[in-house]
Amino acid sequence: MAVIVFAESWEGKFKKITHEAVSYAKDVANAEGTDVIAVTVGSIDDDASSLGKFGATEVINVTGDAFGAFNASVWAAALNEVAEAKGAKHFVISGTNNGKMIAPMLSVKANAAYISNAIEVPSNFSPFTVRRSAFSNKGLVDYQTTAEKVIVGIVPNAIGVKEHGGDASASSHASSVAADSKSEVLDVDRVKGKIPLPEADLVVSAGRGMKAPENWNMIEELADVLGAGTACSKPVSDIGWRPHSEHVGQTGIQINPSLYIAIGISGAIQHLAGVSGSKTIVVINNDPEAPFFKAADYGIVGDAFEVVPQLTEALKSFKANQ
Amino acid sequence: MKILVCISHVPDTTSKINFTNDNTEFDTNGVQFIINPYDEFGLTKAIQLKEAQGGTVTVLNVGDNTTEPTLRKALAIGADDAIRVDAKPSDAYFVAEQIATVVKENEYDLIICGQESIDYNGGQVGGMVAAMLDLPYASPCVGMDIDGSTATVLREIDGGKEKSKMQLPIVIGGKKGLVEEKDLRIPNMRGIMTARTKPLAAREATGAEARTSAVKFEKPAPKADVKLVDNVDDLVNLLHNEAKAI
Ligand SMILES: Cc1cc2nc3c(=O)[nH]c(=O)nc-3n(C[C@H](O)[C@H](O)[C@H](O)COP(=O)(O)OP(=O)(O)OC[C@H]3O[C@@H](n4cnc5c(N)ncnc54)[C@H](O)[C@@H]3O)c2cc1C
Ligand SMILES: Nc1ncnc2c1ncn2[C@@H]1O[C@H](COP(=O)(O)O)[C@@H](O)[C@H]1O
Repeated sequence: MAVIVFAESWEGKFKKITHEAVSYAKDVANAEGTDVIAVTVGSIDDDASSLGKFGATEVINVTGDAFGAFNASVWAAALNEVAEAKGAKHFVISGTNNGKMIAPMLSVKANAAYISNAIEVPSNFSPFTVRRSAFSNKGLVDYQTTAEKVIVGIVPNAIGVKEHGGDASASSHASSVAADSKSEVLDVDRVKGKIPLPEADLVVSAGRGMKAPENWNMIEELADVLGAGTACSKPVSDIGWRPHSEHVGQTGIQINPSLYIAIGISGAIQHLAGVSGSKTIVVINNDPEAPFFKAADYGIVGDAFEVVPQLTEALKSFKANQ
Repeated sequence: MKILVCISHVPDTTSKINFTNDNTEFDTNGVQFIINPYDEFGLTKAIQLKEAQGGTVTVLNVGDNTTEPTLRKALAIGADDAIRVDAKPSDAYFVAEQIATVVKENEYDLIICGQESIDYNGGQVGGMVAAMLDLPYASPCVGMDIDGSTATVLREIDGGKEKSKMQLPIVIGGKKGLVEEKDLRIPNMRGIMTARTKPLAAREATGAEARTSAVKFEKPAPKADVKLVDNVDDLVNLLHNEAKAI
């Protein structure tokens, strides 16, 4: 049987999101009385057996000439190859940009039902039922399938990492999957030394209330102290104060960090659509009527230019005393 | 170049989301339906490509006849013709099968989907269509140039962008960036007039079966009232001890 989990890596290291996916797969495997096989594709420097801690029993590294630059179709074929060899029926794939491309292709190749956007572990296995988010977090839906094989796509950070403890054996599998002759990656441009937004567990975000791009120093400082990623509202990236890769919301990136700090952002419905899955929301705004306060857990009504530096200092002393 | 733009018909972004029939169905009462915003970027891109390089733009929706105004709007924006596969879009796999069937018959060079529909946020149809037809796929696609039979596509990856060269035909899952928002086409008077006479063909669905179904809907629990604090030390304290976020 076994549950196959895609162990995504970047530059040879497992993504943090991978730990979450493995622990989710372990919950599925436990309920089904089977084991988790984590599948990594392409070269990996991390100790593969480290995934044992999160619940993998076996870590299989798929190797072959086809696995240079990322190609969703090729990656999906590799996952399917291992699944067939192992007789696996269930797959767990994190909803990263790559995961979201692999999963629907795998669903066709493996003849499996695909339920994306899952935010909980399955509530039932006959029929397979899992809760997912829909309508940009304005609705929760229980999805069901009677298909023999099922792929669950999970929302990053929604479920959290769980340490199950244990050891994993590591092996490699020489794949017969062929490279894709119709598609070739020319260039990858990725911000260095920053936490990519969809993965950031803590996010500091700012909007037009910051008045000018040079004022983002204080936002960056706050993010640094927290070890957080930075985000912004749409108009801010539209005017070019911040890069488009930071734009969150309906038309930008959707994120679900455990902490989202919104500074000088009004909280328009389209902005909320991208961030309302955050576990804890803090709003700093000088307008007590700002709609964002209605979606917030904690708020400070005040001038960002005073509050943000104070908060940075307070966090510095908090960290120093930890 | 023959371009197919797949359009899903979704509730307006500002709609109140309610459920009915003992929470087993989405309540469409009073909901305004629109072209899925991601598909709007794809539609404008398709029209721009046609204007620059010639060709045709066909829009396709899998849905019952209530989606026709959405297709008419796409025609008014500038598509040449529309196809409606007359069926309830019961799940992504079913929809993808319908789209793949139409593509096989008509041999499009470029199949443009959106990165996801904003109703169920599935993000599934484009990738399934690509896999069914064994075509290259790029999503979320934020830039595309076509030169002869080669496409250069830009897609978002976690924390950056990836540029690829692909052999047409291809499938993309588009979003903003494919065209800029200021360049989005909207229907003008002439467009609206000519749209009335442009072909909109309804056709029967092929007998694919849905693999998944939505069985129960729920609204997320309303947020408790915000806790307003008046100094940063209290905030740090709450984030640490109560929210356990830091
Ligand atoms: C189809 C569509 C899609 C959209 N998609 C998105 C999207 O994906 N993401 C997105 O963000 N928006 C999106 N928008 C835009 C959205 O509707 C809002 O216009 C936008 O989010 C507002 O950005 P803002 O909060 O930064 O600016 P504003 O609305 O101008 O708000 C600025 C806030 O800063 C506060 N402020 C001002 N000075 C200070 C100070 N000194 N200290 C503290 N606070 C201060 C103000 O009180 C105000 O609340 C979309 C809109 C449409 C129509
Ligand atoms: N019923 C439909 N008819 C036509 N195209 C659709 C339909 N549903 C989804 N699509 C296309 O597939 C994309 C992704 O949708 P989804 O997988 O539903 O999130 C959309 O942006 C559309 O381009």
